Amino acid sequence: MSVFKDAGHLFRFAGLFVLAFLIFLVVRHYVVPKSFGQYGHYRGDAIGEIAARPVKFAGHESCEMCHSDVADKKKIGKHAHVNCEACHGALASHADDPATVTPVLPDTAVLCARCHTASAAKPKGFPQIDPASHYQGTSCKTCHQPHNPGIDAGGAK
Amino acid sequence: MKISRRQLLILLPAAAVAWESVLAGTPEEAPNYKMTGHWWGMLIDIPKCIGCGNCVRACQTENDVPDGFFRTWVERYHVSDEDMTRPEVISPDGGKEGFPVAEEDGRKYFFVPKLCNHCADSPCTQVCPVGATFVSPDGVVLVDRSYCLGCAYCVQACPYGCRYIHPEKKVADKCTLCYHRITKGLTTACCEACPTGARQLADLKNPNDPIHEFLKTHSVQVLKPQMATGAKVFYNDLDGSVR
Repeated sequence: MSVFKDAGHLFRFAGLFVLAFLIFLVVRHYVVPKSFGQYGHYRGDAIGEIAARPVKFAGHESCEMCHSDVADKKKIGKHAHVNCEACHGALASHADDPATVTPVLPDTAVLCARCHTASAAKPKGFPQIDPASHYQGTSCKTCHQPHNPGIDAGGAK
Repeated sequence: MKISRRQLLILLPAAAVAWESVLAGTPEEAPNYKMTGHWWGMLIDIPKCIGCGNCVRACQTENDVPDGFFRTWVERYHVSDEDMTRPEVISPDGGKEGFPVAEEDGRKYFFVPKLCNHCADSPCTQVCPVGATFVSPDGVVLVDRSYCLGCAYCVQACPYGCRYIHPEKKVADKCTLCYHRITKGLTTACCEACPTGARQLADLKNPNDPIHEFLKTHSVQVLKPQMATGAKVFYNDLDGSVR
């Protein structure tokens, strides 16, 4: 063992390195979240946390469960593919608790104009009107029933 | 078996590493949603967009996006025949309340809705120094709010300008492709609110998704393909002037 004679200081030094490494592992164990590295270089639990955020738009399937009469009316008209909440706004709160949360009926004069005001920028095939000359201040609902807007379908009650 | 002190010292760190992986255990799987079964993207059908701003408002409602910041927004392009490389682009308040009426002047107009492209090889996740932003196993670029430092490297790295620092939370924020909705079988808020079907959520791993037929039969493009980001927001009929 003559090679290791007088090498004690090297072993002590190496021992310190090993000790430091072990301390590093212990600290790392407590500091790095459990799910870090589960799927990649990030905290795996973050995915579940983001997925758990609350939903505000219920989705038209939820609406149609109760309002099948409106769904039937809508599917034969021009607005067949316009989802309920495109006009009525986010209503998951109403879908969760229909008794206490009552949706506000949108004002058609504002709502319809948002899509149907004529502009050269809009696709040519899209139905457009000039609000100033088209209805002169009367509500759209007088002539058009929003769930089936064709003029022959009549106004809404 | 006899282990010398030297052998023991060599074995200890290895044992510690092994013990740690035992403690981590096997990941728990969500009951109805399998991350490996999906690869999310979106289809934007430009000829269908009317610039109503429904998507922008829906996104802000669904995701509590602060005023003046956007996870999605709509741009209106006005392109002349003479110089298509210099289009006139406007996006007043992100197109949230629609656009001013345009007069016919013989030049081309169209709307381009924008959002995070959920790149498969996203530049933004590569620059994060702490592993706070990542591409999930189902192909959605997400931000871990509790891990983000707010250094904004990712905001600079995104070639599409889709990220911002949340003014109150002081962390990076961006489109999650409504991850809290798509994992429950719903579509995104913007797609739900779009009245013309100009935006459609697409699951590229679902063989029955209409996206496959659409991509096969239409001239579809992604934004900045030269950057090879693996963008998964597909634009139908995209004009060459769009940046």
